[in-house]
Amino acid sequence: MEKTWNNKAWFMVLPVLVLVAFSAVIPLMTVVNYSVQDTFGNNEFFWAGTDWFIQVLQSDRFWDALTRNLIFSGIILAIEIPLGILIALNMPKTGLGVPVCLVLMSLPLLIPWNVVGTIWQVFGRVDIGLLGYTLDAIGIPYNYVNNVFDAWVTLIVMDIWHWTSLVVLLCYAGLVSIPDAYYQAAKIDGASRWAVFRYIQLPKMKRVLLIAFLLRFMDSFMIYTEPFVVTGGGPGNATTFLSIDLVKTAIGQFDLGPAAALSLIYFLIILLLSWIFYTVMTNSDAQS
Amino acid sequence: MARINLDHIRHAYGPNPTKPSDYSLKEVHHEWNDGGAYALLGPSGCGKTTLLNIISGLLQPSEGKILFDGKDVTNLSTQERNIAQVFQFPVIYDTMTVYDNLAFPLRNRKVPENEVDRRVTEILEMIGLSDRAKKKAQGLTADQKQKISLGRGLVRSDVSAILFDEPLTVIDPHMKWVLRSQLKRLHKQFGFTMVYVTHDQTEALTFADKVVVMYDGEIVQIGTPAELFEKPKHTFVGYFIGSPGMNVLPAKIDGSSVDLDGQKVALSFAPKIAAGAKTELGIRPEFVRLGREGMPVSISKVEDIGRQKIVRATFANRPIAIVVHEDGEIPAAPKITFDPAAINIYADSWRVGGEA
Ligand SMILES: Nc1ncnc2c1ncn2[C@@H]1O[C@H](COP(=O)(O)OP(=O)(O)OP(=O)(O)O)[C@@H](O)[C@H]1O
Ligand SMILES: [Mg+2]
Repeated sequence: MEKTWNNKAWFMVLPVLVLVAFSAVIPLMTVVNYSVQDTFGNNEFFWAGTDWFIQVLQSDRFWDALTRNLIFSGIILAIEIPLGILIALNMPKTGLGVPVCLVLMSLPLLIPWNVVGTIWQVFGRVDIGLLGYTLDAIGIPYNYVNNVFDAWVTLIVMDIWHWTSLVVLLCYAGLVSIPDAYYQAAKIDGASRWAVFRYIQLPKMKRVLLIAFLLRFMDSFMIYTEPFVVTGGGPGNATTFLSIDLVKTAIGQFDLGPAAALSLIYFLIILLLSWIFYTVMTNSDAQS
Repeated sequence: MARINLDHIRHAYGPNPTKPSDYSLKEVHHEWNDGGAYALLGPSGCGKTTLLNIISGLLQPSEGKILFDGKDVTNLSTQERNIAQVFQFPVIYDTMTVYDNLAFPLRNRKVPENEVDRRVTEILEMIGLSDRAKKKAQGLTADQKQKISLGRGLVRSDVSAILFDEPLTVIDPHMKWVLRSQLKRLHKQFGFTMVYVTHDQTEALTFADKVVVMYDGEIVQIGTPAELFEKPKHTFVGYFIGSPGMNVLPAKIDGSSVDLDGQKVALSFAPKIAAGAKTELGIRPEFVRLGREGMPVSISKVEDIGRQKIVRATFANRPIAIVVHEDGEIPAAPKITFDPAAINIYADSWRVGGEA
């Protein structure tokens, strides 16, 4: 078939280009603009080159926050993914239990981030919070305000409570798409419960698990609102993640240059890690 | 290898069945001989898969018992019954190689690895996939997947029975023929009890010692291919077996004389028929003689199918099929007679024998 070549097509993509420009490119370029200049107000800018980037990369503050981010994401992924799979495997496949479970599972996902933070902030308080008060009453010392370990536990448990459902729902969608015949064949072949999981259920969940993993990684790596509300980054800097550090730099200290440089570095780290995970996981799929 | 008894089995998928139509399987009471080769034939939805699943234990029957060699196994799991089953829709384990797919049922049962290798290599040879043994099963074509599915059913040599649910549907005719003869050979060699579901009557008739015809949740007849052909117990069997199927004509019966809308046919026996039953006469197209004498018919169409011709005609206001030899002439004023020995009489669709 003959193809028609003309430039009309550009008009069709124009609206999208404009939209993307306003929503992504222009804000991003503004940040880039700040990151390479210095300003003392009055709209006066001085060229700073890579100074801010070097400053950020040489500061302990940055590396400490990055380490905290990596540890946090690592822990919650290591818990939420297996836990999500486990719950999905045990959810009912037919009957009234299905809608009940699905609604219960969706509830945490519907709550806004800052509300989740507030809920846990109150829940954990030793004076009035149910959790804090109970733990205190049964003699377990717990105080997320001045104990580093308690603060971390609180944040991790909160994230698990908030987001495991996402993994569950994605895995569940993968599981219900498996035809009955597979389970019947497995029974005839004498497959153990583990073999059914390993050779039937896990392969079918592979794609959704990849999505769940990436979503949870990106989201947890960008975590801001909940720790900000619950611990405010403390005690000390114990829960100051990159995002919290960024806001402190940009809004607290009004250091726009270093903050912009940090934003870009942050963005590139997430992009790079996500890309690495994606490539590794899809490649292992193709090879094995 | 086992004798399988189905003792008054009934099955309903829904809860609390009350009327007969609630049952997908209505009362099956039957013995499958040890080492027998059975073909299970019937239209879609008649309950073939349901029956197989009950035998293999994937499904618990609503009523009745299953016995293997006289031992009640109704409450035993599929694994304990030691049955192999090949499903209607091929199931393969995507992430495993072709070899591992076939080895799976053996490894699950802790068969020693050298024995596994011997069996798998043999089956790979049989299904013609030896060259793909080490390949992932994922990218295979539909017929290759079906072969793997079939192979997994055959790989265990110690099973009580093997159940095949239309295992060769997407395989090309030549390969089908090859696999079928291989199956027959394996059956002879190992002597397992075999039940083979198919839609294809030639497959059923060439393959099995006994053909089981199911219709609407019931077994309507079990017999050798010849019995099904000559003495169909139910008009459905007459119609379903044979191509074209048996002619079934409404008939009034008085003693040993039959009235087919004015045309009289004499029987060699006087069937005993309950009052008020719907009576019919069945005659296979092969036993209708076309000539210059007998009862008049009007021919509407002649189909040439090679060595035979099928004549479609109207007789006593009913369509009738007649098979004539390819050289058989078709007279200008055609008349027909029925071979008296081949006439079957049906009351309410069930055959009324002259013998019994
Ligand atoms: N899981 C199920 N739940 C409810 N009804 C079912 C189920 N499986 C089968 N049935 C019904 O039971 C009847 C018999 O089904 P079955 O699958 O045994 O037929 P079949 O003879 O194997 O048909 P086919 O030749 O199409 O495979 C059908 O009416 C079908 O609708
Ligand atoms: Mg079926």
